Amino acid sequence: MNIFGLILKNALRHRLRTMLTIGGIAVAILAFGLLRTVIAAWYAGVENAAPDRLVSRSKISITFTLPVAQKEKIARVPRVVGVTHGTWFGGIYKDPKNFFANIALESAESFAFFPELLVEPEALKAFAAERNAAIVGSALVDRFKWKIGDVIRLNGTIYPGDWDFVIRGIYRGRDEGTDVGTFYFNWNTIEQRMEQESPGRTGQIGWWIIKIDDPARAATISKAVDSEFDNSSDETLTETEAAFAQSFVAMSGTIITSLQIISLLIVGVILLVAANTMAMTARERISEYAVLKTLGFGPRHILGLIAGESLAIAALGGALGLLLLVPVIRGVGTALRAWFPAFPVAPATLITAAAAAVLVGVLAALFPSWRAVRVSIVDGLRRVD
Amino acid sequence: MAENVVEVRGVEKTYYRERIPIPVLRGLSLSVPTGDFVALMGPSGSGKTTLLNLIAGIDRPDKGQVIVAGTDLAQLPDSQLSKWRSHHIGFVFQFYNLLPVLTAAGNVELPLLLTKLSKRERRDHVRSALELVGLGDRMNHSPRQLSGGQEQRVAIARAIVTDPTVIVADEPTGDLDKQSATEILDLLGRLNSEFQKTIIMVTHDPRAAEKARVVHHLDKGELD
Repeated sequence: MNIFGLILKNALRHRLRTMLTIGGIAVAILAFGLLRTVIAAWYAGVENAAPDRLVSRSKISITFTLPVAQKEKIARVPRVVGVTHGTWFGGIYKDPKNFFANIALESAESFAFFPELLVEPEALKAFAAERNAAIVGSALVDRFKWKIGDVIRLNGTIYPGDWDFVIRGIYRGRDEGTDVGTFYFNWNTIEQRMEQESPGRTGQIGWWIIKIDDPARAATISKAVDSEFDNSSDETLTETEAAFAQSFVAMSGTIITSLQIISLLIVGVILLVAANTMAMTARERISEYAVLKTLGFGPRHILGLIAGESLAIAALGGALGLLLLVPVIRGVGTALRAWFPAFPVAPATLITAAAAAVLVGVLAALFPSWRAVRVSIVDGLRRVD
Repeated sequence: MAENVVEVRGVEKTYYRERIPIPVLRGLSLSVPTGDFVALMGPSGSGKTTLLNLIAGIDRPDKGQVIVAGTDLAQLPDSQLSKWRSHHIGFVFQFYNLLPVLTAAGNVELPLLLTKLSKRERRDHVRSALELVGLGDRMNHSPRQLSGGQEQRVAIARAIVTDPTVIVADEPTGDLDKQSATEILDLLGRLNSEFQKTIIMVTHDPRAAEKARVVHHLDKGELD
């Protein structure tokens, strides 16, 4: 037997209580990790943004369109090496609950702006050749059991009517955090239909995607692009892709802040649960600590016994929570992929959750240890009788 | 003549209950020669357990000196006092105070965890101590599998396993039946006569006191 053996035996003395505490910590760590993952998923667009891409949108609002004629001027801005455009289509697949992003890209060449989207050359050829070709993310294919050649009907909200597309390609993500839940089709599809049904809406795009040769000069180039359209009826607001993604995150700022507060509250709750267990434990064993002190055990030993037990319980709970976290995140990620195309188990989340468990173990032992060390032997022994 | 292993000089101790001072020891002095077996008797509240606690170094006097094994305990800070106890004192409690999660061997081994002995050496010491108290065949029994008398014998094994200078026993037979009490007193007597252990025992029981070589009576914090 050694001190660690004694700690283990003490931890298992009230098995039900210990198991319930471990279970409570595991569930809390699971909830904490899940919330941190949701928060991280919100920022996935920001994290995965390319530094050499700028996004230029209407200065008034992202919901306002820009004239396609701006392309020539943007392309002439120094250090701009490529320009293409995207347009939010807002189509509904069968039911609004099937939400996914559907975006009209300028052409097949637009995919070259996104090296993180892996597309087969045949798919790009079809995208260029066929008016209603679509290239869809692998997550959408998994979600709706689609396959190449399927005809997908979207009901337009911004561009009214039924729109039929044929899946000609499936793109995969280069990185784990890449969004693989978007439906891309050719902007010409919209343009040609608008020419027939609503000529006043032709020649309009959603936003510019601008490739630059020097990310360090993104601010200067953005300013130069915007200055091209100053005092025009279509002023632009150009920013890095990360800042553009951040502006979407900012729209959900209250929700994210709430989630962050809740995740901290969860740590507080597990701290109280663990502290309660350790306080009960230490209170019950005050006389035993007095006996140990009589035998020559010092404050350091008593502290070690209580903190060791607290840490052992918290570590076991934390480990169990982390073990459950990975499959649960995968499951939740599948369920939420319409809203969070990228829902990865980030190492930072695992480390933070593990650190939270250790922190709980240490903090929960502080007060009981302090009390057990402080009680005199005579007072401690008196509680025996 | 044997040297005094315990010297208590002019010790005073007062406890406070709800801020009301209750004097327990009033200028008490006592000498215990090495190898002696001393019984402290007296009515409840006479101060005998307090005196025992002061000699064992688990409490401190308000005034006076307690010198045990050549060390003035008042001069030792708490950290050194813990270490001193582990070397010099073997404590036997009235209610045995064994840790219920440990076996008999585990309980006896506890004081040895503070030493630098190897696992094997610790095991050997534990076996010797338990055999000495007649429980060599109960090493792996938990306290709840033992009778009161056996538990107290384990507690005595725990008290002697480090070969302390002084064994202090606070009412060691107070919770035992007559038969078990006799066995425990015989065991303490053997430790004193055969192994020359200095024993200081607090007791209410005159038959227990008979086992001691010297009996001191305390009343109102003073020796008669």
